Amino acid sequence: MNGKKRLSIGSLIERFFFKVYEVAYFITRYFKEFFNPPFETQEFLKQCYNIGYRSLSLITVTAFITGFVFTKQSRPSLAEFGATSWIPSLVGIAIVRALAPLVTALICAGKVGSSIGAEIGSMKVTEQIDAMEVSATNPFKYLVFTRVTASALMLPVLTMYTGFIALLGAYINVSQNELTSFQTFFLNAFDKISFLDLFSSIIRSLAFGFTIGIVGCFKGYNADQGTQGVGKAANSAVVASMFLIFIEEIIIVQIVNSLR
Amino acid sequence: METTQQTFTDRVIKIRNLYKSFGENHVLRGINLDLYRGENLVVLGRSGTGKSVLIKIIAGLLKQDSGTVEVLGQEVNTLKNKDLQALRLKLGFSFQNSALYDSMTVKENLEFPLIRHSHHMTRKDMAKAVEQVLEAVGLSQAINQLPAELSGGQKKRIGIARTLILRPEIMLYDEPTAGLDPITSIEINNLIREVRTRFNTSSITITHDLTCAKTTGDRIAMLLDGEFAKEGTFDEVFDTDNERIKSFFDYNFIQ
Repeated sequence: MNGKKRLSIGSLIERFFFKVYEVAYFITRYFKEFFNPPFETQEFLKQCYNIGYRSLSLITVTAFITGFVFTKQSRPSLAEFGATSWIPSLVGIAIVRALAPLVTALICAGKVGSSIGAEIGSMKVTEQIDAMEVSATNPFKYLVFTRVTASALMLPVLTMYTGFIALLGAYINVSQNELTSFQTFFLNAFDKISFLDLFSSIIRSLAFGFTIGIVGCFKGYNADQGTQGVGKAANSAVVASMFLIFIEEIIIVQIVNSLR
Repeated sequence: METTQQTFTDRVIKIRNLYKSFGENHVLRGINLDLYRGENLVVLGRSGTGKSVLIKIIAGLLKQDSGTVEVLGQEVNTLKNKDLQALRLKLGFSFQNSALYDSMTVKENLEFPLIRHSHHMTRKDMAKAVEQVLEAVGLSQAINQLPAELSGGQKKRIGIARTLILRPEIMLYDEPTAGLDPITSIEINNLIREVRTRFNTSSITITHDLTCAKTTGDRIAMLLDGEFAKEGTFDEVFDTDNERIKSFFDYNFIQ
């Protein structure tokens, strides 16, 4: 006997649909707040700074290494066909279409998602959210709306930054081996990139940012009592948002490919 | 439960037949309670008897299963969000663990409700209001400190100051002396009395601490197993043949 109660299939299904309802209600509440001024502008800007600026160092290092290593690993295969001149185009397409949004989202899911989940979870278990409520302040607007909006808006900016740094990493590798100039590399890299590629990349990162924010806030807002609940909220925020990011990636890729 | 206290007449809180359960756990079983203007009412009882649940229902943080809760003539459960927010501005809630916003300094904690609800105030007026409440709780020097740098007693004082800054009519204190040493507990008890005089508040104090009940309460309501077992002045409640109440007092004295 491990002391855990075994749940019937019926109650598991009931739990699942109740959770779906809770998430749907949470998301609906977020969109309702859009039409409910005044907004917590100062807190929103603070969150933009936390999510955007404070993620830059980690993103810079990861993006540079991603671009550099991807280029290095692609060369032998292309060299076999004497097609190393295609490296800038290949790298450009790979980074803009897939790597930049995905790498940025995964880094932010770990860094931002866990931080939001832990912060709000901690506020929940120490009754700080209740304290806001009884002082007639809307904690949802102050905590959730600002963080989700900041996350959704900062991810596209960070994705563009990731793309640029990754291309820079790729250029350094290319320039060491092929002696290609900076201008030629970037002209070739962007030659095969269409407006749809850029647009879908931005939309994708917007969706990823929204997901990271909403999952982190939801997990934190529904944290159980106690410090264990805070750790659980942070951990499950990362796991759930990463899982959802991959699902969204598959769906968006299918939609974009059907438009291409 | 009709009050035995005759000096207070203007009723600010009226609770009738209040029931609240969490699953199979029946926490409140038909509570009746009145709070009168200017009165300090103490709800006394063991941990886990539903005392905190009671004041959370009064503040609209929890919903009752049945029964009515009227605060300043308004039925809390039926209020629209906007009206509930307006009512909450007249209620001050001091949490058991103070619930200070730990990422903000004391000054920012105190300014937080002001910024959102006192739009007519200038920065200078806000600074003055912060100074006044800090002075009232005797912690003017802590203005730029973070909650993590404060002691338990100081946190309680700042928590009370944060609720006082909006000048509430009713104060709800959740276990104000829990986790404090005896000297600090006495200071907090004195502060509760001072708050009533200085800010003209009525209050409900939830506690299991007999010293707190005796020092701060004009009237005591003894909560046992989700019901009020006895109500009156401290001496009236203390002077009883009820075995369950006697065992509560005996336990407290041993403690």
